[in-house]
Amino acid sequence: MLIIGELINASRKAIANHIENQDANTIQAVARDELNAGADYIDVNAGVFVGKEPEYLKWLVETIQAAVEAPCCIDSPDPAAIETALAVHKGTAMINSISLEKDRYDKLMPIVAGTDFKVVALCMSDDGMPETVEDRMAIAEKLIDGLLKNNVKLENIYVDPLVQPLSVNNTFGVEFLDAIEKIMATFKGIHTVCGLSNISYGLPNRMFLNQLFMVMAIAKGLDGAIVNPLDKRMMANIIGAETLAGKDEFCANYLSAYRAKRFEL
Amino acid sequence: MADLNTITQALIAGDKDQVTGLVQKAVDENVAANKILNEGLIKGMDIVGDRMQEGDMFIPEVLMSARAMSAAVAILKPLLGEDESVVTGKVVIGTAKGDMHDIGKNLVSMMLESAGFEIIDLGVDVAPEQFVQAVKDHQAQIVGLSALLTTTMPMMQTTIDALKQSGVREQVKVLIGGAPVNQEFADKIGADGYAPDAGSASKLAKQIMS
Repeated sequence: MLIIGELINASRKAIANHIENQDANTIQAVARDELNAGADYIDVNAGVFVGKEPEYLKWLVETIQAAVEAPCCIDSPDPAAIETALAVHKGTAMINSISLEKDRYDKLMPIVAGTDFKVVALCMSDDGMPETVEDRMAIAEKLIDGLLKNNVKLENIYVDPLVQPLSVNNTFGVEFLDAIEKIMATFKGIHTVCGLSNISYGLPNRMFLNQLFMVMAIAKGLDGAIVNPLDKRMMANIIGAETLAGKDEFCANYLSAYRAKRFEL
Repeated sequence: MADLNTITQALIAGDKDQVTGLVQKAVDENVAANKILNEGLIKGMDIVGDRMQEGDMFIPEVLMSARAMSAAVAILKPLLGEDESVVTGKVVIGTAKGDMHDIGKNLVSMMLESAGFEIIDLGVDVAPEQFVQAVKDHQAQIVGLSALLTTTMPMMQTTIDALKQSGVREQVKVLIGGAPVNQEFADKIGADGYAPDAGSASKLAKQIMS
């Protein structure tokens, strides 16, 4: 499971303040915490700063990578901001995200074409948000086809089937889960990823539902997640679910997590 | 004798069959349709809106109440006189250009409709000129603008500017909502109000019309 730590996102008020104040120490501490908790990638998002996004995104990448040895997941729809951040990025970056929305597709494709970047391919098009497995497959097929034609390797594609809130339609959970299964079965070697907290929007006890939904998605083959790695129960669930799903040879990961006391919640 | 309070309670509980049964019974007992509507149903949806705003009722429960409301209104509509029409105001609503999110916008539409507003729903990815045209065509009093992306927030400003330039800004109140926006942003772009949830949006719209 590829874990992308989601905390360094300017839509969180505290983070936005740290970015504006150029408080490198705090940003570095958050990145370090995410990494220690099991993150593989550190997501960076400065989207709320209209006009200053490129500058801030670059600062985030430099600041984080000065403190920790981890690649970043560049979270922006703006090609200029992504390019600026990539110019200073060390290692293999992840780009979050390309979608089938024409404008976004046309702007992002030249950035990822022919590279080794990991690319999040979000199932969204100009026809609206997908609701069913079929809606998602139709978008995923076109996106994957486009990425492959532009020399992005299949194993670098992380399809995000887009989680929609269960509170407005009780089929939204199962349609998402079945889409994960179908994408993983149809495109062997591809990956899936999602930020799944939207599933619980409009309901109480959100963390509880998110943690359960993660387990269900892993059972369907999900192998990437944009999460808060400091949510200990979430991380424990991921480790346990992957072992139960047969992805943990000799239960080695489960046992080392046990020894590292990751199940002591 | 029909008890309008029972209708209100059944509506809050989201029990469609009970609500429609009670409304039909009240109609059969010759209770005035507008009395059933205002003192039974709209009163109930007001409470639903309040409880949603307070975090005491959740979206699926609100949806159940709204479903019961629209079934009950379908019974009453043919019985309402011209002057007691359900419409308390006209709202043009849509998601800003470049933004495909519709869930929040739909919830707001539903709550406003339940409160007696006529909704002109322009859908998602709505260009500023479409908002302008719809305000002119329908002589709306309120414009509801939604954005769920930081990248489409500036389009809210563009939409308000377009309303100004076409000379219809003064005839409408602009209400905004969506995850990345807040009161501060509403003030900054010159919107008339911000609502964090559908219950608050309904309350705000009613304040404007009163």
